[in-house]
Amino acid sequence: MTTLHQPTVLVDTEVAAEEHDPASTRRRTSPWRSRLVRITSVIVAIVAWQVLTANDVRVWLRFDTLPTVTDVVSAFGTQLQSDLFYLDLGQSLIRILSGFGLATVVGVATGIALGRSELFADVLGPLTELARPIPAIAVVPVAILLFPSDEAGIVFITFVAAFFPIMVSTRHAVRALPTLWEDSVRTLGGGRWDVLSRVVLPGILPGVFGGLSVGIGVAWICVISAEMISGRLGVGYRTWQAYTIVDYPGVFVGMITIGILGFATSGAVELLGRRVTRWLPRGERA
Amino acid sequence: MTATAAASVAAGMALVLDDVTLSYTGNPVIRSLSLTVVPGEILVLTGPSGCGKSTVLRALAGLLPPDSGRVVADGAAVESTSRDRAVVFQDNALLPWRTVRSNIELALALRGEPRKGRRETADRWIAEVGLTGFGDFLPKNLSGGMRQRVQLARGLAGAPRAVMMDEPFGALDTQTRGVMQRLLVDTWSTHPTTVVFVTHDVDEAVLLGDRVAVLGRAGEPLRALVDIPHPRDRDHLDHPDTRAARADVLAALNHTSET
Repeated sequence: MTTLHQPTVLVDTEVAAEEHDPASTRRRTSPWRSRLVRITSVIVAIVAWQVLTANDVRVWLRFDTLPTVTDVVSAFGTQLQSDLFYLDLGQSLIRILSGFGLATVVGVATGIALGRSELFADVLGPLTELARPIPAIAVVPVAILLFPSDEAGIVFITFVAAFFPIMVSTRHAVRALPTLWEDSVRTLGGGRWDVLSRVVLPGILPGVFGGLSVGIGVAWICVISAEMISGRLGVGYRTWQAYTIVDYPGVFVGMITIGILGFATSGAVELLGRRVTRWLPRGERA
Repeated sequence: MTATAAASVAAGMALVLDDVTLSYTGNPVIRSLSLTVVPGEILVLTGPSGCGKSTVLRALAGLLPPDSGRVVADGAAVESTSRDRAVVFQDNALLPWRTVRSNIELALALRGEPRKGRRETADRWIAEVGLTGFGDFLPKNLSGGMRQRVQLARGLAGAPRAVMMDEPFGALDTQTRGVMQRLLVDTWSTHPTTVVFVTHDVDEAVLLGDRVAVLGRAGEPLRALVDIPHPRDRDHLDHPDTRAARADVLAALNHTSET
């Protein structure tokens, strides 16, 4: 931080609060050791799986019924060549992105309205509180009855699942917003809309991203479950299909695919969240 | 430049508190206060802690509607906030997600300045408050004194006709505070406006104000309104007139209600 451009006009004793990070001065061991341990741990788990399944071990748990690592890898290889795999992948992604995207927009808007308008809180507050404890997956029968197509039903369930964590965390973030920021924008001449777009929306982002992280997780659970119940395409449908036709390596391919998709989408939300909240006291350095 | 533009408008706003009662959550803090702020002056509000200095400031800014009485700005009743009446808060009022430059640009945007040219104007303000080179810093990476410099620039960039300052240097160390007082006086002379300045520091009050109003404890009447004979003249701080004025302020501050 010594390369910072230091202005010469500062005549007083002020210094930029470029405090050094205590974490960086902490004594640490070589990063390679820790990386080696992590890789070894994963390899040991995979080898154990292979040994247990290839030798048809039965010690109360019946490993002989499960496919070996090599079975799964070769099944994955074949799947990657097939168009159907990408069709399933795309279908699941479209569902989660539309459901989750809708939940983000509606959840943030409702959360702000609930946090800022007493009337809105009185009208909609009790309804949301009543609906909230119902797990989204329990809505599946209603969704099937309510929507003309399975597709809309699955998106609806995903929406319901992600909506509540997003809405609740937004509402809390709105209520926790310091009034000082709003006061300062208002006294600079800002109106309602300025307060909303320049103070509330950016100010609640840290809280909103907490809700988005939880929301994307439950959205995946629900999209996969809904696909298993009522889908025609999709990773969840394919995984269940593999189970019913006794294609056990296929089940594992499905599971791993779901895991990778979940990891990637959660990671994207997390990364985006960190980028837009750099200004937090503990945020990344800008 | 901005200075001439601001000067072509009247030097500042006249603010009047007419028999005003103010309360927070039902408890009256200010009772029947009448006070006139002359256009272009620096009026310092001081008083014992909890006396409602900041409450008066919020009413003048339009952030707190009075229970009774009227707050009048240039003849019109104050009903809401306005960019003509800016506020410089004690600390942490900068939007933390905006850089120094962007915080100042916001003031320009809310004043209705076209997007083009905002950056240049903001950079001029940054230079004026001595922060050249810190335009891209976030508030969290600045010291308290530097953040107050930004607030000063942001408050004045919207060319307000009155600025309420709520203990703006209260959280700063003595040395930084002295520098900031000088900066305030310099900036105020180039961009004249009416200033209402809240402080609990007698020396700051006497150094900055044309007049010093000493408020009583919550609900009590105004204790004193002292004219400072040689306002903002550091050479006259030891002048007998100034010392007498300081003594008057101090006496009013220490005055207890049993008499």
